Amino acid sequence: MATFLGINLFGLFGQLLVGLINGSFYALLSLGLAIIFGLLKIINFAQGAMYMLGAFFAWMALQYMGINYWAALIFVPLAVGAIGILMERFLLRPIANEDHLYSLLLTFGLALILQGAFTHMFGSSGMSYAIPEELKGGNRLPFMYLPNYRAWIIIASLAVCVATWYMIEKTKLGAYLRAGTENPQLMQAFGINVPLIVTLTFGFGVGLAGFAGVMAAPVYSVSPDMGSNMLIVVFAIVVIGGMGSIGGAILTGLGMGVVEGLTKYFYPEASTTVIFAVMVIVLLTKPAGLFGKEA
Amino acid sequence: MQINKTAVALIGLGLVAPFVLYPVFLMKVLCFALFACAFNLLLGFVGLLSFGHAAFLGTGGYITGYMMLHVGLTPELGILCGTIAAGLLGAVYGKLAVKREGIYFAMVTLALAQLVFFLYLQAPFTGGEDGMQGIPRGNLFGFIDLNNNMYMYYFVFAIFLFGFWLVNRTIHSPFGQILKAIRENEPRAVSLGYNVNDYKWAAFVISAALAGLAGSTKTLVFQLASLTDAHWHMSGEVVLMTLLGGMGTIFGPIVGAASVVAIQNYLSGGELGNYIHIIMGLIFVVCVLAFRNGIVGEIQKVIKRNFGN
Amino acid sequence: MKSLKKSLLSAAVASVFAVSGAQAAGISDDKVKIGVLADMGGVYADVCGPGCVTAVKMAVEDFGGTVLGKPIEIVSADDQNKPDIGSAKVREWVESQGVDAVTGLVASSVTGAVTKVLTDNKKIALISTSASHAFTTKACSPYNAHWTYNVVSLANGTVKPMVKDGKKKWFFITADYAFGHALEKVASGVINKNGGEVVGAVRAPLGTTDFSSYILQAQSSGADVVALANAGSDFINSLKTAAEFGLTEMMDVAGLLVFTPNAQALDPAIAGGMKLTTGFYWDLDDQTREWSARFKERHGSIPAMGQAGAYSMTMHYLNSIKEAGTDDADAVMKVMKKNKPNDFFARNAYLRNDGRMVHDMYQVRIKKANERKNADDIYVVEKVIPGDEAFQPMMAQCDFK
Repeated sequence: MATFLGINLFGLFGQLLVGLINGSFYALLSLGLAIIFGLLKIINFAQGAMYMLGAFFAWMALQYMGINYWAALIFVPLAVGAIGILMERFLLRPIANEDHLYSLLLTFGLALILQGAFTHMFGSSGMSYAIPEELKGGNRLPFMYLPNYRAWIIIASLAVCVATWYMIEKTKLGAYLRAGTENPQLMQAFGINVPLIVTLTFGFGVGLAGFAGVMAAPVYSVSPDMGSNMLIVVFAIVVIGGMGSIGGAILTGLGMGVVEGLTKYFYPEASTTVIFAVMVIVLLTKPAGLFGKEA
Repeated sequence: MQINKTAVALIGLGLVAPFVLYPVFLMKVLCFALFACAFNLLLGFVGLLSFGHAAFLGTGGYITGYMMLHVGLTPELGILCGTIAAGLLGAVYGKLAVKREGIYFAMVTLALAQLVFFLYLQAPFTGGEDGMQGIPRGNLFGFIDLNNNMYMYYFVFAIFLFGFWLVNRTIHSPFGQILKAIRENEPRAVSLGYNVNDYKWAAFVISAALAGLAGSTKTLVFQLASLTDAHWHMSGEVVLMTLLGGMGTIFGPIVGAASVVAIQNYLSGGELGNYIHIIMGLIFVVCVLAFRNGIVGEIQKVIKRNFGN
Repeated sequence: MKSLKKSLLSAAVASVFAVSGAQAAGISDDKVKIGVLADMGGVYADVCGPGCVTAVKMAVEDFGGTVLGKPIEIVSADDQNKPDIGSAKVREWVESQGVDAVTGLVASSVTGAVTKVLTDNKKIALISTSASHAFTTKACSPYNAHWTYNVVSLANGTVKPMVKDGKKKWFFITADYAFGHALEKVASGVINKNGGEVVGAVRAPLGTTDFSSYILQAQSSGADVVALANAGSDFINSLKTAAEFGLTEMMDVAGLLVFTPNAQALDPAIAGGMKLTTGFYWDLDDQTREWSARFKERHGSIPAMGQAGAYSMTMHYLNSIKEAGTDDADAVMKVMKKNKPNDFFARNAYLRNDGRMVHDMYQVRIKKANERKNADDIYVVEKVIPGDEAFQPMMAQCDFK
């Protein structure tokens, strides 16, 4: 076994890789949150529930309709996004002019309803979703055995994150989006349908959570509280990254996964607290977050 | 005047209630009512939404539990220790959090509370997932046996009244007036020369200490301190209680806490147990969409409209 | 006013009669009320939960629905595996609803809190599914009866033979609460005593969704055996992840507490061949098959050991009330300990003075796919472990006569 300065390198690399896998989920979820926050100034407390919904939709699609993983990977995010669009149009828009705290509370309530409804229907012990045939098995790396599916998680999440970042920062559509954030009135005056952009953005952000849910279904157990456990960590990540920063959300998500992996190796007891500790340090030194602009 | 009359009526109700209803249930209501009052001081009168108040409830509970179990203090001293500990934690967290506003404030308090939650999950003295079990209720002032539910009830009632009185004193003091000024128009308060953050911080500390008092008392009632009290769901629950009862009203948190605890109690026994989350969520949604004044707020509006002078 | 006075008076008179009537029969408040407390929808719902309620109902029906001429009532509640929720519920049951005994009792953390409340109120705890041995050792009480199994019997049944077989180095993945800690401690004791060593352990929170980092730690530990000191869906998830990361091919994985629904839920390709210890298996003989068939008809699945235990202990409790002529806890416990339970579940059984129900345990092996005749055919019973070998000896301070 390779060691360096008394550190078991194989174990360390293994934990780092697992950290990166978890980080991929953090990145997807915090990216969705950041996009929504950027445009709507809403903290979507239901983002975790949407992630849970994505996993359950994938499970139900396979169980009841025989829709396989690959199809689910496309359809489920669309379905979750559609739910998000309905939510924005009929629940959030009526209170858009009230204090933003109300929209936070509303999404919190929705998260409770969704979690409660799924607990009622499926119990909280969790369902299992088989890893798709094509991605079974794995490769023996020098330092660990990497299951193919876990490698796929990193690749697919990164691809989606980078594509999203590119779309928002480098395309015309993204320019509208960013302009809509800065000055909605002016955009409206230019004849651009801002409410429609807002609705679609919300749907997209929520759809990302649905995508993460499908990705998670084969490796985490599909259970009603999978989202709420994840959400709080993701909130901390968004605070660390700087709210509303797209690139910041992706980098911080991946980075915090790695930090967690490191902690799991060196001091496992602190692995659940480390992200929050980082958050406190960041708040003390850079209140707007690592990549955020001072409000 | 109106408030005094209502208060007297409520005190009368509180005195006779344990002869009609199960005292432990009533004590739970009182503990949560105090918690919600403490929270409302911050949300309703300063306009700060803390999403991390469970940290103070939990801290009060654990410290009191530890003092009763391992140091052998009398209940009143145990509760005092829990309250002070929560207040100190509030002082630190408040310093960090009041720099931020609105949603940022909510997120920061949430994340800070989560830090505490995981500490309690890991720290050996809390018993982690098992909770701190078998905490004695002890003898109040060394001679009143609190194992008697009736004595315990009146002790809890007295604590609640003290907390409620303190919140009201704070609101109606000059200090409270400044808090309200901050809520209404922060830039103006700044331009009048007030150090806004200091005022917010002081309100945060009072609120945290009172939340700790509620947690300490609850621990004594149930003889157990557990992670549930420090979990972020609890932070959400107190928001719900306050919102449902009417934020920024004097009696709203009490009504809200009583309603929520009663609903939970009713549902937990029967077949409907699974619906607790759904119903709580629905209440949230309905309150936010259509009912932002809460029960007491709406009643006050009706009274004003019909009997206003 | 007058009519109020009158009705109060008549109510008082009626209650006096009710009390005296009850004393004649020795049944408090004219009924025997049994509470079933369990995790109804969480990680342990399958291993007790609604199934335990069904089992207790079956016992009450089989007993005839009444004891000493008084009705037997059942109430149930969900503890969500949270000690605060469970103990508050039980406090309400005994203080304001006249519950005489509480059964079910799954997560050891909840049972720890609940038994304290019950003992304070002199009511009986009939523990069916909890694993920790604390309730009959360091937290023993004259009002505890612990049926089915405990961590000591698991360690003696599963760990000891493996260590003797030459599997000397062990690594633990432990559920981070009372049950997991107790199991790890007892199993480590057995390992050390038999010449093995524990090379490491990690604590995973109850309901962990991702076990991959724990599995990696196990992998780099250089152990011969990775012991899963967890249960329910935690066990399923950790074993699945172990298989995904190829751990099952590198070293032995031992499930220390496996309930039939969990063994059933696992892919035989992953779980087949694993040896484990159980307090009950439905397909042991005609008696177990007969009862299990009845249970399956009502519940939809074969019984887990705690569910069979819940039936057995409820039956023994009711029989003891009948013989004692009262539902007074002290008197009933005395009879429960004096008479030996003997039914489809309790073989060569007796309730020891410390509250430990000692009975035959079974060492079983999970069948591979090609050995299974149907979905319920999951174990081969390899060995019967006599109760006195399986459980811990009694501690002197727990000898409640």
